[in-house]
Amino acid sequence: MNTIIAQRNNPASAASIRTTTMTQRVSGLLRREFRFLHKPLNVWSRLLLLAAAVTIGASLFFPLWKMHLVAPQYSDGLDLYIFPYKIQGGGLNGQHLNEINNLNHYIGMKPLLAADFMEMRWMPFVFGLIILMTLRSVVFGEMSNVVDLFAVYSYFGLFSIGSFWYRLYEYGHTLDPHAPVHIKPFTPMLIGVKQIANFREYSFPQAGAYLLCVSVLLIGLAGWFSRKETFA
Amino acid sequence: MKPTITLNAIALVVALGFTSCGKQTGTSQAERTANAVASYVAPGEKDEYYLFYSGGHSGQVYVAGIPSLRHISTIPVFAPYPATGYGFDEESKKMLGDFSWGDVHHPALSQTNSKYDGRWLFVNDNANNRIARIDLHDFKTHQILGPIPNSIGNHGSSFITENSEYILCATRFSVPLPKGRVADPKDYEKEFNGMVSGIKVDPKTGEMKVGWQILTPPFDWDLGSTGKRPSSGWAFWTSYNTEMAHDTLEVNSTQKDRDLAAVVNWRAAEEAVADGKAEMMDGVPIIDPARVPGVLYFVPIGKSPHGMDVDPTGKWIVAGGKLQPATTVLNFEKVQAAINNKTFEGEFRGVPILKYEAVVEGEVPVGLGPLHTQYDGKGNAYTSMFIDSCIVKWKLPPWTDEEKKDLTKVVLDKVPAHFSTGHLVVAGSDTAQPYGKWCVAMNKLSAGRHINVGPSQPESSQLIDISGEKMKMIAEAYTEPEPHFAQILKVSDVQPTEVYPKDENKDPNAVWEKAQGGVTRNGNQVVAKLMAIRSRFNPDRIDAQVGDELTVHVTNVEQTRDMIHGFGLIEHNINMVMDPGETKTFHIKLTKPGVFPFYCTNFCSALHQEMQGYLVVWKPGEGPSGASGAVGGTK
Repeated sequence: MNTIIAQRNNPASAASIRTTTMTQRVSGLLRREFRFLHKPLNVWSRLLLLAAAVTIGASLFFPLWKMHLVAPQYSDGLDLYIFPYKIQGGGLNGQHLNEINNLNHYIGMKPLLAADFMEMRWMPFVFGLIILMTLRSVVFGEMSNVVDLFAVYSYFGLFSIGSFWYRLYEYGHTLDPHAPVHIKPFTPMLIGVKQIANFREYSFPQAGAYLLCVSVLLIGLAGWFSRKETFA
Repeated sequence: MKPTITLNAIALVVALGFTSCGKQTGTSQAERTANAVASYVAPGEKDEYYLFYSGGHSGQVYVAGIPSLRHISTIPVFAPYPATGYGFDEESKKMLGDFSWGDVHHPALSQTNSKYDGRWLFVNDNANNRIARIDLHDFKTHQILGPIPNSIGNHGSSFITENSEYILCATRFSVPLPKGRVADPKDYEKEFNGMVSGIKVDPKTGEMKVGWQILTPPFDWDLGSTGKRPSSGWAFWTSYNTEMAHDTLEVNSTQKDRDLAAVVNWRAAEEAVADGKAEMMDGVPIIDPARVPGVLYFVPIGKSPHGMDVDPTGKWIVAGGKLQPATTVLNFEKVQAAINNKTFEGEFRGVPILKYEAVVEGEVPVGLGPLHTQYDGKGNAYTSMFIDSCIVKWKLPPWTDEEKKDLTKVVLDKVPAHFSTGHLVVAGSDTAQPYGKWCVAMNKLSAGRHINVGPSQPESSQLIDISGEKMKMIAEAYTEPEPHFAQILKVSDVQPTEVYPKDENKDPNAVWEKAQGGVTRNGNQVVAKLMAIRSRFNPDRIDAQVGDELTVHVTNVEQTRDMIHGFGLIEHNINMVMDPGETKTFHIKLTKPGVFPFYCTNFCSALHQEMQGYLVVWKPGEGPSGASGAVGGTK
């Protein structure tokens, strides 16, 4: 109250007063932020986080993505499933992967080999790390853990999608110039439907990806439910 | 004499080419449309049943769909078939042996508890006394057994027992036995013999071997069938030529009003062999029925009969007398009683002849030239009439007293067939539970019903709807020559594979990766291991020299259905065809120098035409690495 009066009566000191006010406001915000980050997580939030950890773990057992290729000669379609740790063809013994590679060799595309996908080696590790961070939030029970988790998880998610897109770009743009069939370089569809020569490509997320989305939602809700928690 | 008059009448009818079933009456537009729809299978849709029909002297088995009657595929059995490379690779060449044809007559699907189990199809070779097994896992011939020792003219087969224990066969011809012994045909009665053979089937693998044989008089055994339920363990064959004529059989074997049919207790035969009551001939235990009572009985059947078919209940056995205007129905319970009570009317060479009147249920006046009878499982029988050229539907016993008095009353319907039906097949007729619904008449003459294709005329088959009270002629097709009998299997009762999975390929010479392929030399033995993949062979060059023995193994590494590769070698009479996941081998001696292209013969891909390579046969001492040229690196 004194500050406001002083401000009115002394225009010269107004600037310094404003600075002081600003500093106080930022300090207040930071205090609130600090208090928020140190908010305890209530039991509901912790349960939601636990559920998120389970969901992330479960997602490892399902494909993240599926590419489905249909042509007149392949009316049942050829399927390619992308798991966090492997790529797998559909059909008997995963035969569709061989078939896709076989067809791609005509346009000079490199064969899709699991060994070439180094992200498939570190992705399970990152999944583990995120599960550990989630469990850490459950145990430590502090809002900051949830924020950490959310930030790292989002970064990982966006990076993975970007890397996946880049993979597709690279495969479609690194074509052997001596291949029997010359086609214009292209990027296979990440999400959606695209016609490539006689094939119609359908590319969509699968159960694994949906589970991960659910886990993000659960983490968000965990934060939301404890937003008004105070220290008792 | 009455039979003579009948015969003369038949001769007259045949000579004039009349048929008592008359011409097919015109069908209305509405009927034509309904029939067309009944057999129409739209593009992309599938048939409901397989029709496996024998190809007679083409030596093959053909697969058609029902109701479309479309020919879908050919299963080569007794003759080479370049289209699938059959008879060119070492394995199939070995199966064919020295023969390049066979005469396939009667296919039999394997059964479990008198029902089709979808595992195997067995077929006989009338010409070279063989039996083949087709595996329904891949619709290919996997075994050819024979020539069967002591068996000449393997016509009376393949008749399968209730649980596929045996394929039973009887001989159409008789010769002095063992084979190779020579006697004057004038001494036919004394020196010649026929044979009934039990071919044992391995219950797991289907592998066949000759189990035992029963020596018979030199009658010409014709057709038969096996018992089930009450007649379990028994089998039946008709014969013609009980006269034992050895020349002009047309006349000399048709003198008697009745011929002797065989009633065989195959379980008793099996036991007799186990009990050491058989004598060995040419490596096979032979039972002499005169010395081992209970194995064989005769029953008189009129006249010059052909088919002898057990009905789905196993109680009724119907024989078609070619030269009498009736089918003869035997009652198995009466057969059993006659055997137990020794109601015999005599014996022939120590084998009892059952008293005809004691075992017959009735003679059904179906018309002229009854050959074969099939069943729908609903108490109806369908008999093919060769001379009348029609299919007759009639009612099996039990009959009412009124019907018994006048058996024309059990004849329910006739439908004209075009022309002169030999065998006919009702879906599942030889099982305990027929599918019914469809009947296919396999006609011996098409006599110009088709567009004119010159003097070599095709055979026709006709599809008849038997689901209603009246039979309905639906469609006809020109089935590959020459169907003698067929089996109908519901599509859902079998699950064939469409590719050979890589991990089931046990061929030690299979190559699945470029690095494994190549050409190696050992002395004058050159071995090439090739991989076939769209659209190349790897390696695609084989170097050898004149005088070398060349062995080529080609593996089709595809695992996609219908991605089939061929390997045709120019001017060397080689064409192998490898299905996805299959490895095949051929072996040749190189006798002429030159460069011989090889290429993929089975269209595979857009660059199929480019799928080729060279066999370079150098003159001795020439070539890239001197006399031992064996190049062919991988690319």
